[in-house]
Amino acid sequence: MHEMSIAEGIRDVIEDAARANGFSRVTRVRLEIGRFAGVETEALDFAFDVVMRGSVAEGATLEVIELPGKALCYDCGAAVEIRHRLDPCPECGGGKLLVQGGEEMRIKDLEVL
Amino acid sequence: MCTVCGCGGHSVEDAFRAHLEKTGQAGAPLAAHPAPLQSVAIPALGGALHDHGHAHAGHDIHLGHGPAGTEVPGMSQQRLIEIETDILSKNDAFAARNRAAITARHAFATNLVSSPGSGKTTLLCRTIEMLGEVPLAVIEGDQQTTNDADRIRATGAAAIQVNTGKGCHLDGRMVEAALARLGLPEGAFLFIENVGNLVCPAAFDLGEDAKVAILSVTEGEDKPLKYPDMFAAAGLAILNKVDLAPYCDVDLDLYEANVKRVNPAIEVLRVSARTGEGMQAWLDWLRAGLARKGA
Repeated sequence: MHEMSIAEGIRDVIEDAARANGFSRVTRVRLEIGRFAGVETEALDFAFDVVMRGSVAEGATLEVIELPGKALCYDCGAAVEIRHRLDPCPECGGGKLLVQGGEEMRIKDLEVL
Repeated sequence: MCTVCGCGGHSVEDAFRAHLEKTGQAGAPLAAHPAPLQSVAIPALGGALHDHGHAHAGHDIHLGHGPAGTEVPGMSQQRLIEIETDILSKNDAFAARNRAAITARHAFATNLVSSPGSGKTTLLCRTIEMLGEVPLAVIEGDQQTTNDADRIRATGAAAIQVNTGKGCHLDGRMVEAALARLGLPEGAFLFIENVGNLVCPAAFDLGEDAKVAILSVTEGEDKPLKYPDMFAAAGLAILNKVDLAPYCDVDLDLYEANVKRVNPAIEVLRVSARTGEGMQAWLDWLRAGLARKGA
């Protein structure tokens, strides 16, 4: 449950961007969150509303784009997409997968006034 | 090539001919390159007027020239600002500074992570005793009390307690502040004992060389599967309290297999901080890490 810290991270980045780009209000925030980033979207939604109060992004809509989980199979060497961290390899059924993508936590863009 | 719409080839004439064909004016003689027309600026699309030296039919729509340099259906261009920044970039910047400071001191930093009660502090006290007279420093993270820092200081080591209050993890800024007060000796072992929590500390880089996940045998073999993020982020897993294994009906091989299922690249050590079993392998791992830092 570190969604509060994540929301604070979002606020930090937005406030820096507001200074750099000279906007005074954010109406929409789009995030890219990997499947394995450990972020609970519902909890983040709640934290986002609370943390943005009094900032340029107060009342902004939060939109989350989910990025797929990617892994390398140690057994067959294939680069595969998986839905859960512990899924077997969809190619060979092997259980030893090294996650290589899906841990992203990025702010993609902002719609601003 | 027309830099606005991208039409045309490499020579000016090619470019102009291609442009005329595209805009339905191919019949017009080359010499009659008309005076610049102004494209219609579409404010919602952020299209600026452009007055380069060839004709544009008055209806061109030029995408991708607004502040964002890109188009997203449903979002108005002039107001779209691309950020493409990691949400935890501030934390990562603190962590990068910490890492540079630690490396400049040729120190080796471990971030000890686990659920509460896995025996992190006991392991650390025992480690400090067994390492003997070597430079080291300890940062203790908890929500409340200075109990852990007091226990570490009792061993004679320098320790600082960071109480996070309600916070569920240490972050890069806290560690920077702690390092500033602690002073890191040259070639030291830096142990950062994170808040006991098997979830949140996984996401926050502190500037450490490695996360060490500690799991005690009383917690259950399936914990790595239930809380995979921490074990995925760690470079070493310590299976602690192995002296209790005979009393807990646990399968140590299954523990290890589950940790490796989450993270095939992780190293696993079986340790009992109480009896000293496996401690030598842990000290060897630490010394090898310090040697890599060039101390």
